[in-house]
Amino acid sequence: MNAFPSSTFFSAPPEWGWLIALYFFFGGLAGGCYFIAVLIDLFGRPEDRALARLGYYIALPCLVISAILLTLDLGRPLRFWHMLLQSNTYRIMLKPWSPMSVGSWALLVFGIFSLLSFLGALAEDGRWQKPEARRLRPPGALGSVIATIGGLFGFFVSGYTGVLLGVTNRPIWSDTSLLGMLFVVSAASISAASMILLAQKSDRTTPGIYSLHRLDMWVVALEFVVLIAVMFSLGPVFRVWLSAWGALLFVGVIFIGMLIPWALYFRKEWLGERNLIIGAALVVVGGLILRLVIVFSAQRV
Amino acid sequence: MPEPMGFYTDTTVCIGCKACEVACKEWNQLPATNGGLNTLSGNSYDNTRQLDGIHWRHVKFIEQFAEDRKDGRWLLMSDVCKHCVNAPCLEVCPTGAIVRTEFDTVVIQSDACNGCRDCISACPFGVIEVNPASGTAQKCTLCYDRLQSGLEPACSKACPTQSIQFGTLRELRERAQKRVDQLQAGGEKRAYLYGADEKILGGLNSFYLLVDKPEVYGLPPDPKMPTRNLAAASWFSVLGAVLVGLMGIINFRNRGAAQPGGEERP
Repeated sequence: MNAFPSSTFFSAPPEWGWLIALYFFFGGLAGGCYFIAVLIDLFGRPEDRALARLGYYIALPCLVISAILLTLDLGRPLRFWHMLLQSNTYRIMLKPWSPMSVGSWALLVFGIFSLLSFLGALAEDGRWQKPEARRLRPPGALGSVIATIGGLFGFFVSGYTGVLLGVTNRPIWSDTSLLGMLFVVSAASISAASMILLAQKSDRTTPGIYSLHRLDMWVVALEFVVLIAVMFSLGPVFRVWLSAWGALLFVGVIFIGMLIPWALYFRKEWLGERNLIIGAALVVVGGLILRLVIVFSAQRV
Repeated sequence: MPEPMGFYTDTTVCIGCKACEVACKEWNQLPATNGGLNTLSGNSYDNTRQLDGIHWRHVKFIEQFAEDRKDGRWLLMSDVCKHCVNAPCLEVCPTGAIVRTEFDTVVIQSDACNGCRDCISACPFGVIEVNPASGTAQKCTLCYDRLQSGLEPACSKACPTQSIQFGTLRELRERAQKRVDQLQAGGEKRAYLYGADEKILGGLNSFYLLVDKPEVYGLPPDPKMPTRNLAAASWFSVLGAVLVGLMGIINFRNRGAAQPGGEERP
């Protein structure tokens, strides 16, 4: 066997650790929940609007957590704004070909849109006594524009992190072009699952929760296909996962996060009403483990 | 505008004295490892171990000995930032801290860097790391401050065997090719230049004369730009979003069919 299956094996790990892995998780949740909320708002039925509001309620706090995690991870946290403005000229700092540069702007823009939708949801729920703020959500023209643009940025935030890993020279990360797709799909699966969990907690069990459950199972199936495609696309570099990381991937992500939730979905009799909750919780756990494996395994080569 | 400048490192005359490492540390005021209480690595005479935020020069000791120790050789190489013409670190740096200077060298401006470490994962040579003293990513500047004053870099100045040579790239390439020809004529058929032409990242402004495969020296045989994956990765992500979007639309439109087996609402 060739000692170095790829020229990526000569690079150094950037020491992106727990903060970044958790950011990938919360960033995925923020983007994914917003994206799903927009789908419900634009294409769902009126009685499911409560579920969409839940999506917006999850997205903003997760985004705030993401921003905190990212800032704390910097070697010089107070210089976080150097990502947005050139520190000596105060001109706009943007490199369209650098995912981290574009991602920083996307987080800022998405933050604005998720705040608007959050406020719209609060107003609709009657928790914010400003009826005119309801216009921040569809079906009105303003609300639809906000939802559409915000949804696009939500998708971007949930997936650019995978593209960012691809635009490096680390093993695994840059040996496949599919991590962005994997993160987008996984963001949708953990977001749908989180919305199911929190809907149960907050008594938002509209009929749409079953649509959400079915959507989650479809997305988990897609995620499984994409993950297998990632493994094949790695070619000889796949051997990095012939290790404890690979075991964690197979047990934590595929078995616990995909196969058991599927089984629970099709075998209603196993746990009765708890099927829905436990299946959703396992999907979330699998999504977290997926990010941990991808972040850490490429840096422990 | 000055001509492009760089290093030509002839590994065949390096004696592993580490004068370059010391000169670099002194001039650039880089701190000692572990406050000077360094431990032995157990890897030959290499106790520096790697290039990082506080080691901008690193002499590699590669021992190639037969099992019976009757035959063998040392490969010694003073490693440094390659100051790539197409520099992966500069390409991805989101703060604009990494710039190309008038000498065609690549420099990280420490006052602009915020320590995101994207450049570390982008560098195919593992050159860059965070200097714990500054919290920013650091590497060889090819002594930008000395160059601006008309001085040569500290390491090449200190090198006692002219293994590290500094000059204009045009001149260095000519000199290096002559040395390869000389070695080949003398029977060292393995001699070749790594990074002297444009094949590797558009050319390495710090290039090497080697007598074994690049990977033996810890150099990637075929380093690439990070953005090679950008277009494909972006389109696959869009595909993922489209598929998820379609699944969402189908599910929320046909909500009635979403309860397999007559599932009851809890």
